[in-house]
Amino acid sequence: MTVNPDLVERAFPPVAPYLVGREKVREFARAVFATAPLHHDPEAARAAGFADVVAPPTFPIVIAEATLQQLLAEPDAGIDFSRVVHGDQRFTYSRPVVAGDELTATLRVTSIKSLGGNSMVTSESSMVDARGEHVVTSVSTLVIRGEDA
Amino acid sequence: MSILNGLEVGQVVAERAFPITRDSLVRYAGASGDFNPIHYRDDVAAAVGLPGVLAHGMLTMGFAVQPVVDWLGSDGWVSDYQVRFTRPVVVDAQAGAVVTVTATVGAIDEAGARIDLSAVFDDQTVLGKAQVRVTPLA
Repeated sequence: MTVNPDLVERAFPPVAPYLVGREKVREFARAVFATAPLHHDPEAARAAGFADVVAPPTFPIVIAEATLQQLLAEPDAGIDFSRVVHGDQRFTYSRPVVAGDELTATLRVTSIKSLGGNSMVTSESSMVDARGEHVVTSVSTLVIRGEDA
Repeated sequence: MSILNGLEVGQVVAERAFPITRDSLVRYAGASGDFNPIHYRDDVAAAVGLPGVLAHGMLTMGFAVQPVVDWLGSDGWVSDYQVRFTRPVVVDAQAGAVVTVTATVGAIDEAGARIDLSAVFDDQTVLGKAQVRVTPLA
């Protein structure tokens, strides 16, 4: 099975808006050992100039996940989920994510490469807030191990 | 006076050891929604040829930046963060695993600083090109 190179040009519809909840931010923060008051205490967050608790830097992966599912679900994608390994990950922010944000993510596949029998699929999930302004882009490279790898 | 003033390239700004257990993996699975069983079931991990149950790469990425976040306090925020997953972290059912993170100033410019992370498990680095861009909070 090889990855379909046409995915790069394909337009994907935005996924359903994700409402960032205060308790979800706290839950995620506990899971990544994020103990700073900004993640847990709305008063501390407000004192630092934020509307509510601030999500840890990697929180948007929770939202990006829905767009990655969209990619894996494409019937002609040629991506065998059981052979997928996460190769690299990046988050590029315009502003921090805070509880109360309603974020809408749109998927774009930016490159597909072959390397030593493996395929590398790079996609980005661009997230905008309720006003349509950019908040963060999550860029993921998935490595799909070849049949012999 | 911001913590971002007076930095020098090569300066270590934070260091912390993270003891990870199977409980940590289950907690991260629940919080993130990543329920791939290779992160909590020995039989599934073995069946796909892994050396053991592995920590989610995104869990390692998630905690590796925390020493930087704590050091920044409310003087700055993480505006860009990237890593490459180079080696898995095998989490033993009883002994767990310890990942040690060191954060070093990599570059300084007008917009802030780049902090480089090293994350070491079992004497080997598990993240490559782990870079955190920190920006002063206005």
